[in-house]
Amino acid sequence: MGNKKRIAWAKVWPPVAVLTALLACWQAAVAWGDIDPWLLPAPVSIVQEAIQIWPRLMEHTEATVRLMLLGFAGGSAVGFVLAALLHLIPWLRTVVYPLLVLSQNVPIVAVAPILTMLLGWGLLPKTLLVALVCFFPITIAMLSGLGNPDAQLRHYFQMIGIGKWQLFWRLELPHAIVHLFSGLKIAASYSVLSAVVAEWLGTNRGLGAFMLISSKGFQPDRVYAAVIIIVALSLMLFGLVVLAERMLIRWRPAKEVK
Amino acid sequence: MQKDTAGNKQSALQAKQIRKRFGSGHAAKEVIGGLSLTVADGEFVSIVGPSGSGKTTLFKIIGGLEPPTEGDIWIGGEQTTGERGHISYVPQQSALLPWRTVAGNIELSLTISGAGRQEAKQKTKEWLEKIGLHEYADDYPHVLSGGMLQRVSFLRALLAPQQLMLLDEPFGALDALTRLQMQQWLLSIWEESRRSVLLVTHSIEEALFLSDRVIVLSASPAVVLQEFVIPFERPRREALWTDIAFNEMKQHIYELLK
Ligand SMILES: Nc1ncnc2c1ncn2[C@@H]1O[C@H](COP(=O)(O)OP(=O)(O)OP(=O)(O)O)[C@@H](O)[C@H]1O
Ligand SMILES: [Mg+2]
Repeated sequence: MGNKKRIAWAKVWPPVAVLTALLACWQAAVAWGDIDPWLLPAPVSIVQEAIQIWPRLMEHTEATVRLMLLGFAGGSAVGFVLAALLHLIPWLRTVVYPLLVLSQNVPIVAVAPILTMLLGWGLLPKTLLVALVCFFPITIAMLSGLGNPDAQLRHYFQMIGIGKWQLFWRLELPHAIVHLFSGLKIAASYSVLSAVVAEWLGTNRGLGAFMLISSKGFQPDRVYAAVIIIVALSLMLFGLVVLAERMLIRWRPAKEVK
Repeated sequence: MQKDTAGNKQSALQAKQIRKRFGSGHAAKEVIGGLSLTVADGEFVSIVGPSGSGKTTLFKIIGGLEPPTEGDIWIGGEQTTGERGHISYVPQQSALLPWRTVAGNIELSLTISGAGRQEAKQKTKEWLEKIGLHEYADDYPHVLSGGMLQRVSFLRALLAPQQLMLLDEPFGALDALTRLQMQQWLLSIWEESRRSVLLVTHSIEEALFLSDRVIVLSASPAVVLQEFVIPFERPRREALWTDIAFNEMKQHIYELLK
């Protein structure tokens, strides 16, 4: 155990040291340098400001977290089911797959006003936007996982007379779970990003909206505080996915788990 | 399914005038050229033949994965051409699901083969103990050595309710020493249960040592070149390897294959 801890520490301290040094330089540059605090507030003043408005900040964070989680969960569920359908129904795949790829060329910033126009200013259009961004990496990852399980395994199970459904449940789906997680990781970071963008485009709640209001009100330390929380949220969601992956995929030989 | 009116109830397997062509027109390639063979109930039959002569293709036809271009397959006195689920199978690579435990893998295969869940569980436990692998019952396959994996793979086929076992190069991926041990191990288990076995191997000694009958195939398009009834008494002993008659037969088959 002790040994393991030491190894973890050895991995953690170099980036932490670099980050601390960077923050110190930043603080020094603002304090003694010739940098306008309207442009770049010092780290200490960002933290001070954050503490002062903490309850408000948390309110906005809560709104963003709700939007992000709803969109992420919805997008993942849709992505998962869509991948399974496209895999099990080949003709559907030939019809839908090219459209899917095409849909990814439509920029999210362009879709948002349309969704608002159609569905108003509530939570629904924003959740839809986040889900729209999230489902795609999951569908693609799942499809590639479902499509290529080990040929030897497939051959064996076909030889002993497995049916199409059993093949899906017993071989293809479990095999795709590993791929699913690489899709989930991408979707996790997309979901935070798209939640913030959705809040820019039409609401007065959430970190995105808060950033916009603060920047218009010339309060850069608040903008920075929001950015830091957004980064933390993104890391947390990513961490959750990694944790779920570890718990679900225990069967892998130790050396393959990075 | 159609009953065999000719009264061939004794055969576990009959392949009647099997032909297999891949492709069509001038790109067509005949891989099996009118091949007939039988495996009697409780008989151990081996097939040896040049690489690429169509042995795996023949197994796919027997297993119902590939339709024969001409000819019929009869298993247990019933016509089963193109039907799956009438055989149990041991592939060259052990083909165990990496995300299921050793016991879980055996149980799954047994239920796919039509055994009841409870029965599968109980048989698995009983037999893992019998072959001395019960300590590994709850381990994932990557923990086991190549020889152990192949034992599990063989056990999985042995416990299935199907009367006919197909073994495609089951020891091909093992080192020479493990291979020898596995041959003896397989014989000791098989001699207890006397299932009907059709084994493909590249080793003439292996075929002679294990079988009641050895079938020599030609290069593709494969036909039966010659059949040898192996007269040595059972249980077979290791001393057989130095027996004069054994080595004469080996020489004879070797000449045929050249
Ligand atoms: N689906 C397919 N389409 C076209 N050709 C095929 C197909 N499957 C097998 N063949 C051809 O049939 C021939 C026999 O292949 P097969 O795998 O049955 O040989 P084998 O006797 O099992 O060989 P080995 O001893 O090396 O395992 C090969 O030339 C192969 O290229
Ligand atoms: Mg082969």
